[in-house]
Amino acid sequence: MSAGIIPPDEQVRTRLSPLGYPSNLLGPRVTYADVNESISSIVLRDRAPAQWWIGFAVAFCLLMIFFLAVSWLLIRGLGIWGVNIPVAWGFAIVNFVWWIGIGHAGTFISAILLLMFQHWRTSINRLAEAMTLFAVACAGLMPLLHLGRPWVFFWLLPYPDTMGMWPQFRSPLVWDIFAVGTYFTVSILFWFLGLVPDLATIRDRARKVWQKKFYGFLALGWRNSADHWQRHQTAYLLLAGLATPLVLSVHSVVSLDFAVAQLPGWHSTIFPPYFVAGAIYSGFAMVLNIVIPVRKIYHLENLITERYLNNMANVMFATGLMVSYGYFIEAFMSWYSGDIFEQYMMTYRVFGPYGWIFWVLMLCNVLVPQTLWSRRIRCNPFTLFIVAFLVNVGMWIERFVIVVTSLHRDFIPSSWGSYAPTLWDWATLFGSVGLFLMLLFLFIRLLPMISISESRELVAEPAKANAL
Amino acid sequence: MHEYWRSLDERAGTPEFERWLHGEFPAAAEEWVSDIHRREFLRLMGASAALAGLGACTKQPLEKIAPYVEQPEQIVPGKPLHFATATTFAGYAQGIVVTSHEGRPTKIEGKPEHPASLGATTVWAQADVVDLYDPDRAQAVTKAGQISTWDDFLQELNVGLEVQQQTGGSGLRILTQTVTSPTLGRQLADLAKKFPNARWHQWDPMTRENAQSASATGENIYSVAAASVIVSLDSDFLYFHPAALRYAREFASARRLTQVQDARMSRLYVAEPTPTITGANADHRIAVPARNIEIIANALAQELGVGEGTASTSLPDPIAKWIKAAAQDLSASLGRSIVIAGETQPPAVHILVDKINHQLGNIGRTILPGRQVVVNSIDQTDSVRALIRDLNNGAVDLLLIIGGNPVFDAPVDLAFTTALGCAKLRVHHSLHTNETSLACHWHIPAAHFLESWSDALAFDGTATVIQPLIEPLYAGLTTHELVEAFIHQPVRNAFEIVRESWRAAKSSSDFDLDWRRALNHGVVPQPSEESMAAPIQTRQSRVSNQAGGLEILFRPDPNILDGRYANNAWLQEMPRPLTKICWDNAAIVSPQLAKQEALKTGDIVELQFRGKKIAAPVWIQPGQSENSITVHFGNGRREVGRVGRGVGFNAYELRTSDALWFGDGLTLRKTGAKHEFATTQHHHAIEGRHMFRAGTLAQFSSDPGFASKMAEVPKREETLYNPDEFKNAGYAWGMVIDLTACIGCNSCTIACQAENNIPVVGKYQVSVGREMQWIRIDSYYNGPVEAPELNHQPVPCMHCEHAPCELVCPVGATVHDNEGLNLQVYNRCVGTRYCSNNCPYKVRRFNFFELNGKLSPVEKLGKNPDVTVRSRGVMEKCTYCVQRINAARHVAELDHDRSIRDGEVVPACAQVCPTEAIIFGDINNPNSRVSEFKRSPLNYGMLAELNTRPRTTYLAKLRNPNPELVSL
Repeated sequence: MSAGIIPPDEQVRTRLSPLGYPSNLLGPRVTYADVNESISSIVLRDRAPAQWWIGFAVAFCLLMIFFLAVSWLLIRGLGIWGVNIPVAWGFAIVNFVWWIGIGHAGTFISAILLLMFQHWRTSINRLAEAMTLFAVACAGLMPLLHLGRPWVFFWLLPYPDTMGMWPQFRSPLVWDIFAVGTYFTVSILFWFLGLVPDLATIRDRARKVWQKKFYGFLALGWRNSADHWQRHQTAYLLLAGLATPLVLSVHSVVSLDFAVAQLPGWHSTIFPPYFVAGAIYSGFAMVLNIVIPVRKIYHLENLITERYLNNMANVMFATGLMVSYGYFIEAFMSWYSGDIFEQYMMTYRVFGPYGWIFWVLMLCNVLVPQTLWSRRIRCNPFTLFIVAFLVNVGMWIERFVIVVTSLHRDFIPSSWGSYAPTLWDWATLFGSVGLFLMLLFLFIRLLPMISISESRELVAEPAKANAL
Repeated sequence: MHEYWRSLDERAGTPEFERWLHGEFPAAAEEWVSDIHRREFLRLMGASAALAGLGACTKQPLEKIAPYVEQPEQIVPGKPLHFATATTFAGYAQGIVVTSHEGRPTKIEGKPEHPASLGATTVWAQADVVDLYDPDRAQAVTKAGQISTWDDFLQELNVGLEVQQQTGGSGLRILTQTVTSPTLGRQLADLAKKFPNARWHQWDPMTRENAQSASATGENIYSVAAASVIVSLDSDFLYFHPAALRYAREFASARRLTQVQDARMSRLYVAEPTPTITGANADHRIAVPARNIEIIANALAQELGVGEGTASTSLPDPIAKWIKAAAQDLSASLGRSIVIAGETQPPAVHILVDKINHQLGNIGRTILPGRQVVVNSIDQTDSVRALIRDLNNGAVDLLLIIGGNPVFDAPVDLAFTTALGCAKLRVHHSLHTNETSLACHWHIPAAHFLESWSDALAFDGTATVIQPLIEPLYAGLTTHELVEAFIHQPVRNAFEIVRESWRAAKSSSDFDLDWRRALNHGVVPQPSEESMAAPIQTRQSRVSNQAGGLEILFRPDPNILDGRYANNAWLQEMPRPLTKICWDNAAIVSPQLAKQEALKTGDIVELQFRGKKIAAPVWIQPGQSENSITVHFGNGRREVGRVGRGVGFNAYELRTSDALWFGDGLTLRKTGAKHEFATTQHHHAIEGRHMFRAGTLAQFSSDPGFASKMAEVPKREETLYNPDEFKNAGYAWGMVIDLTACIGCNSCTIACQAENNIPVVGKYQVSVGREMQWIRIDSYYNGPVEAPELNHQPVPCMHCEHAPCELVCPVGATVHDNEGLNLQVYNRCVGTRYCSNNCPYKVRRFNFFELNGKLSPVEKLGKNPDVTVRSRGVMEKCTYCVQRINAARHVAELDHDRSIRDGEVVPACAQVCPTEAIIFGDINNPNSRVSEFKRSPLNYGMLAELNTRPRTTYLAKLRNPNPELVSL
């Protein structure tokens, strides 16, 4: 496990790839052929490893549960969930915000780190982008299922209706539609654009006819010409530039769903930045949760080195500290505001019937990440996996705390209520995880999960390196 | 053979067509050249026809629309008709007006001219319409559970009657509930003539015989409005009384005030063992065991110089002070006070209270002598005991039980059920098949009162002719027709029987005119003196046991009464006053007892009383007397329709003839089992907030604006949007709820449910917070748990001018109209529920399921056609009864396009309110009543500090405590 963080050879440390990238991002003595082979073989080989099949089977079962839960929901109605008055929003919204948050890491890694020339993003960006798309897809389903009448969801879209009806543009839910829709569109374009050269590589290496046809179709006639590369890079940078503000805007807008309402616990100006930090926090946690096992199963330690893990852990930790600051400021402001409703809300959140959940949240999101001060924990895939997993759980709980504890006791004590999720709530949550994993496993099987072309850029050519 | 062609070119087979065909559909061209044969054609056409049929698989329901052959007079489709009739509470009439849509009675409201209604309505009267359309009603004459016919019944009855004829009816017994109907009285008298040895017995579990015991002329009539001091000794005269609507109205009128210059209020003292509506409205309430009420009455008498009683000095401090203060107040208002004892108190208390009232000079001033309203008023416990003795002796050949459910509700120690088996032929007549019906040979389904001709007397003797609004839905027969079968056959219909009574009574020159007038007015002009006055029997005074220990209190359920409304979904789901329990009854214990016995709400305890045991879940109720446990009877029915099945426990199993209302010697044992209650309110403390504002009369006099100072309301300009967005010159609808007047009786909740087609959701859905009522009554406790102040606050939609709900709806399904209504557009609603989250008042209700999908056809008849029935997935809430506003608008527009007059629009909640606590109208009109109320210094907006600018505002509650007791 020691190899790769700091290559033993000082020479290697200072070596650059032909394009001027630091070559120490990859494992030692990695060649172009290694990169091509190790990545494309995952896609082109006949049999997937046993772990893939096990994971796929689990995901498939969860997906079936999801279909069952959704079917029953559509047949019977929302009452199968635990939502009520006053807690009219429940798991669906919690899941929505959670998934959207997870969906932040991909674009953050691809776009922002690209623009900031953080080359360590290369080995993980593809996987992170795919994860983003699947998470946003899961997220996008949630508000639809959460509607009382999901079959008329399109009324939230601005379309020329014969009766001249438009959405009500003052509602943050309408802003959500635009924010999430734009984010999803740009993310999918960005992802696909990055895939094109790799698809061409796979097409070229494929031996089966269907593979040649399938990848050939998707490669859009890529011939690796300088012209292609020039246009590709321009478009890629442009999209990265477009995606960057979206990373910040999506979760800011999602946070406005809460901040715009006048409910104590929701009505807070800190929400947009605090939500964005939380989103990146959970996004990186999810990337780590996926990358660590994948890297192990597919023996990609040379491509996804511990340096990557360390960097991701650092980002996660930094955003985690921002989130902790958010918790603190939220509590402070509710006291400092002098507003009796805010003060009661915070008291009940911490010590009320759902107080224990708040403390689990503190444990997962504030205390556990403090272990990341230690480099040993950051660089150990196992411990990092555990921390990242708890952060994911914690971030889900955070949304639960925000949504449910604010609603369950608001202004008028006579209307105070409680919320208990039903079996169907859990089925929807875990089912959506199934959908996510299912898409992810298919992605790993069918598409190059690490950017081949970009990884090649990182290879230090032995000949040149020697020449130096 | 015909050729089918698509164009003239094709028909002609031109080369152009051929070219076009080959160019456009190369594949089809090949087919085209070959001729289509007849078989081929039929095959293709057959297949398409079959596929077309598949596409139309959803069969549209067949609905036949038949025009009237002869247009009935008065009926204009879409325009409801209103008829006056009466419903009964414990046998006493309450005048009502029933709205009928195309022949379907849909809504019951009060009859303003009727003395027991004054235009208001009880919850029970309103919910009668649910019973009418109850699909679980008895629908056919049955013999031993098998469907039979009326003729078969008559045949068997006649055989029995022939035998009875020979002995003068010595084997014939009739058991009824409390009867006030002059016609039934006359019929029973006729029966007595025909069968002189027959006996008429009575049993009503809500018997008011105690209340009639002090006066030979029946229950006193109180002039509550004229009283400045009222002392109630366990009397819930504001809620549970045949004249409760009237008394509540008068009570409120003596306390309502809007301006400081008319600051005067009556004062109410209440001593009671268990919190009631009346107790909650008291200025000074003490919780004492029911057995000690007599001691208190004695002490009060002593203080006032009546009789020989225990001196109040021997009583514990708060009670003694209460008695002293009450006595002082009473002495200071001679002739302007009322002391009233409850029907649950023994005759001794009533006699004592009568003496006190005499002493205070109240008789003839605030207390008027009652009239003999009940036909043959007797001690019902003795009556049922005598019947059981006869039954056990085998003396009863033919027993007719009219209404009621004695197998379920007769005192348990008398063993009615076993005795009943001794009667050779048993006939039961009732609306539903109940426990008693099963124990009888014959069951005759009763016609609902909305299907019947009958009559009844109100508490003051005012007579009403009950008229039907609809043909009996099933094979129901009225009581009169059934009794007629015993006297005279062939049986005439109830119309003729009732008319005959009134024809005999009237001897007027123009009976038909009088009759029509009586039906039209809902009140017979002269109070009837024609009822058969029977001498009141002397009653033995039951000396109350003054031992210590736990005391059990038997009370009718506040919702379903003695069990007669057990299958009524509106009433089962109505949150009970104060506890807010739905779909259940409980053993109500005091917080002190709960602490002592380590009980929690929901713990199931075993109650043992007089050797009988039941298991009952505990409900801890602040304000309950320390060592008294209240059980409400009526639930726990074994033989009941789908609604009442499995609801609650049966408290009758402990109710004995010597402890009809309370008794000592209860023991309690914790079983360790748990029960889940469904309640609509979990938290009764106000948490230092100012939603509910209250003060005292003295406070109001010294600082009239105290209520509005409790929270800071933002200025009008403090908004991101146009502050005058909804300012307009037309109507501006607004509402004021006077918390001083509101007694918390739930009438508004049920009225709203009836008017607005609000579905019921069942116990489980209530327990998870999905009740649908649009107007709720919040209850808040204040002060120590042993002696809390109990407060009520009705909460409908506030129709905020800055409605937070409107801002967040993504599809604009909740919008403001130009008259200030916050509207919910059901068709547009997609169900994000964001509006509910952002509503600080939490008055929005969501259809979590298709709640109206499973209604039976007969239940659908009860829906109000003027209001949309909401489907699954949409939000709903109070509309200020927009349909009524529009109805008034149409009337005004047709009437020379005048404007709507003040008072012309009355929302359902305001319409039924006994105390007129809800005032609605146009706040743009400075002369409207609502504007006048809004000008009161007591006026405040709930949570107005959130800048919602609610159109519904409240007048802070005022109490009038005795300064001497306050200073303690």
